[in-house]
Amino acid sequence: MGAMKEFLNSLLLKELFQGLVVTGRYMFARKITIQYPEEKTPQSNRFRGLHALRRYPNGEERCIACKLCEAVCPALAITIESGERDDGSRRTTRYDIDLTKCIFCGYCEEACPVDAIVLTREFEYHGEVRGDLYYTKQMLLAVGERNEAQIAKDREQDAPYR
Amino acid sequence: MLDIEIDGKTLQVPEGSTVMDAAHQAGTYIPHFCYHKKLSIAANCRMCLVQVEKAPKPMPACATPVTNGMKVFTHSELAINAQKGVMEFLLINHPLDCPICDQGGECQLQDLSAGYGGGASRYQEEKRVVVNKNLGPLVSTDMTRCIHCTRCVRFTQEIAGLMELGQAYRGEHAEIMPFVEQTVASELSGNIIDLCPVGALTSKPFRFSARSWEMARRKSVSPHDGLGSNLIVQTKHDRVLRVLPLENEAVNECWLSDKDRFSYEALNSAERLTQPMLKQDGKWINASWQQALDYVAHAFKDIAKDHGAAALGALTAPQATLEELFLTQKLLRGLGSGNVDSRLRQSDFALDGKLGGAPWLGMKIAEINALDRALVVGSFLRKDQPLLAQRLRQAAKRGCQVSLIHSADDDTLVKIFAKSIVAPSQLPGLLAQVVKSAAEQKGATVDAELAKVSVTPEAQKIAASLVSGTNAAILLGNFAQQHAQAATLHALAQQLAKITGAKFGYLGEAANSVGAYVAKAVPQAGGLNAAQILASPLKGYLLLQAEPELDCANPQQTLAALQKAATVVVMSPFKLASTLEYADVLLPVAPFTETSGTFINTEGRVQSFNAVVKPLGDTRPGWKVLRVLGNLLGLPGFEQNSSEEVRAEALAGQPEFVADRLNNQANGVVLNLSLSAAGLERVSDVPIYFADALVRRAPSLQKSLDAKQPRARMNAATLAKLGVAAGKQVKVKQGSGVAQMTAELDAGLPDNCVRVAAGHVLTAGLGAMQGTLTVEPM
Repeated sequence: MGAMKEFLNSLLLKELFQGLVVTGRYMFARKITIQYPEEKTPQSNRFRGLHALRRYPNGEERCIACKLCEAVCPALAITIESGERDDGSRRTTRYDIDLTKCIFCGYCEEACPVDAIVLTREFEYHGEVRGDLYYTKQMLLAVGERNEAQIAKDREQDAPYR
Repeated sequence: MLDIEIDGKTLQVPEGSTVMDAAHQAGTYIPHFCYHKKLSIAANCRMCLVQVEKAPKPMPACATPVTNGMKVFTHSELAINAQKGVMEFLLINHPLDCPICDQGGECQLQDLSAGYGGGASRYQEEKRVVVNKNLGPLVSTDMTRCIHCTRCVRFTQEIAGLMELGQAYRGEHAEIMPFVEQTVASELSGNIIDLCPVGALTSKPFRFSARSWEMARRKSVSPHDGLGSNLIVQTKHDRVLRVLPLENEAVNECWLSDKDRFSYEALNSAERLTQPMLKQDGKWINASWQQALDYVAHAFKDIAKDHGAAALGALTAPQATLEELFLTQKLLRGLGSGNVDSRLRQSDFALDGKLGGAPWLGMKIAEINALDRALVVGSFLRKDQPLLAQRLRQAAKRGCQVSLIHSADDDTLVKIFAKSIVAPSQLPGLLAQVVKSAAEQKGATVDAELAKVSVTPEAQKIAASLVSGTNAAILLGNFAQQHAQAATLHALAQQLAKITGAKFGYLGEAANSVGAYVAKAVPQAGGLNAAQILASPLKGYLLLQAEPELDCANPQQTLAALQKAATVVVMSPFKLASTLEYADVLLPVAPFTETSGTFINTEGRVQSFNAVVKPLGDTRPGWKVLRVLGNLLGLPGFEQNSSEEVRAEALAGQPEFVADRLNNQANGVVLNLSLSAAGLERVSDVPIYFADALVRRAPSLQKSLDAKQPRARMNAATLAKLGVAAGKQVKVKQGSGVAQMTAELDAGLPDNCVRVAAGHVLTAGLGAMQGTLTVEPM
């Protein structure tokens, strides 16, 4: 009996029509293709893109060189050197992230006690020569400055869940 | 022995043990902050509360003596609740600023709050804030973090010997503070950084520079005084960032002196020499190693050919490694010159050829604690050997009668039984009195020369103290070793030791003072000693790790000799401005952190170490440079491939102690007691932070009180006689040298003595450390 059924199925191309049903369903379904870069997908407020170092509203940099991000980084992408600033406060003298090493896990952001290192929604960047993706403190602070409004908004939205 | 059960484990402990000791023996950890094995019991942190059977309340383990059949529970519900409660209280006022605290990552409070504390605090009110105190250039304070364990207070009082810190006010207002706005001036102050279980006291030079988890830990040995403290050197990215003690009960216990701890700053100093340099037509040019070594080899060969090998001499610092010392003497002797010496600050060499071996402590370092009588002759004890002084302090506390014969009355912070302070020229006479008095009391006979001296009551008191002891020691300090009559002092001390049955030893001046003898970097028969090498200007000098204008007994003569020489080869990690004037070749050799090597400390302990970081720039380990130089000169026996091979050659094996090479017994020394000095006598100390090339370049040590500019110190009578007021500028003249400095009152000095420190640029123009000088008001 089983052999008979199998013979009929293959003769009448049942599996082909089953496949074509799926094709037909998607033919008439709503399209999800995005015409990047003209169109963009929506982003979560927890999106993990390019790193930024933030400042307080008064312009003071947030980072206090506790080095927890450096310690937690599983890819060893962060390099920090610290020292005493003239006013006696603890500050970084070097804060580098090697984006070619970074795996964008977001642990640095979670470890940071002062929300200084954050991952922004920025993901459209590239490097043309070796070393372009080695971000120094000044570059990271610049990323923070141009995204501060968005960063602050995202943190505020996410605050109840932290 | 008492039986005790800890968490169901039964064991036997000696009577008088505390529950903490017993737990330690059983391998059970009881959390604690204020308890420290080397300090007295305070029991004020309450972190070590444990449950004791039949006791209604939890008991502090550190202060509860064990009784027979006691049952202790360290993890019972009662104990855990008590510990949790204490932790919550401790954290009430402790700021949660771990991210900016230098102790973060190595903080006992952080660790124990993770292990024994609750998840959150119920405390909602305001935390207290405490004003920071100024504890000098070495210790940084953040007193808000203090949990009042009083370890620092107990350390300064019990170990450092001076009550510098105290706890004022009570309860929530309690504060640790230095008394009356003084800073901490102890030469052991760095230890309170290690002792502080929280971040209240941290290292100022290290401040914010790294986290404990980032640094590699390497073992090393201190290159300063004769103790040879064991170190843990912490490095990051090939830079030494911090030095901590490596616990060694037989040497430094768990302490370090500040010079051992903070001298690492000099390793990154701007004065480091990083490339070989040659002087051509009066101008310094950078050279390759090949060029520089070829130049040296040619120069030495030419001098040996034209003037004979005896026109070459080598002065080596006693802080150089055994391997460097050994190869230096081998090089010189290979060329045919026996002129090599490491005893740069010594001025009396009458003992040469008469000593049985290398002068040493005469006992194990740990045996100092067990002494019941001690006589220290000529020593700025606290500043010269801070940790040996500490051991003597502990001995004195246990009842040891410590007597002192010296030319300056600095506070040793050791309880002194009897002391006699006389002018340097009178020092041998005074010691002779003690010898005579001891002989009288013991019924022994003495030489005719000694029989002549008349005994003063102080000398008699010192002698009586020594005679009455069962475990006595006579120790010659740096001042006695550098004394113009060092041989006489040695012979007298040896005689006194024989009469009283005491041990007799030297408090080693430098890290490798014993090693220099073992490596034969001291003149043998026919060779010139340090004083002669400089007195009869030679044609060629090799200076190893030494800065002779600061390290030699007579800087005036030293400079004159070096300026006259045809070739001066300087092997040093540093570039000194005055060196540039007389030197012809500068070879950058590695300091102790960048080379493997060996120091033999004052008890004869052989301590080898490896390099902890890569040599800076073109610097090379000294032994490698000397080895290649030996090859270029075509000398046999320079085929060693490692510093271990050099050590094996120098020591014939790999001994832990060089016991067979040590001997303080000297025979046939002619006593010279009839000394009289006309005029003002110079009493010179080598201040603790001018003693060697490293400490002189450590900026933080140079900011401390011990590193102030040398002054002309005199007692009131001498000041009055000279018509000089304290605080006024005076001209000090010695030989052809003049130095201008401030006069200062020092009531502890004998009459007609002026104390002028050596080892400083200001006094480098003066003559011998021992001698007479004149002081004129300006």
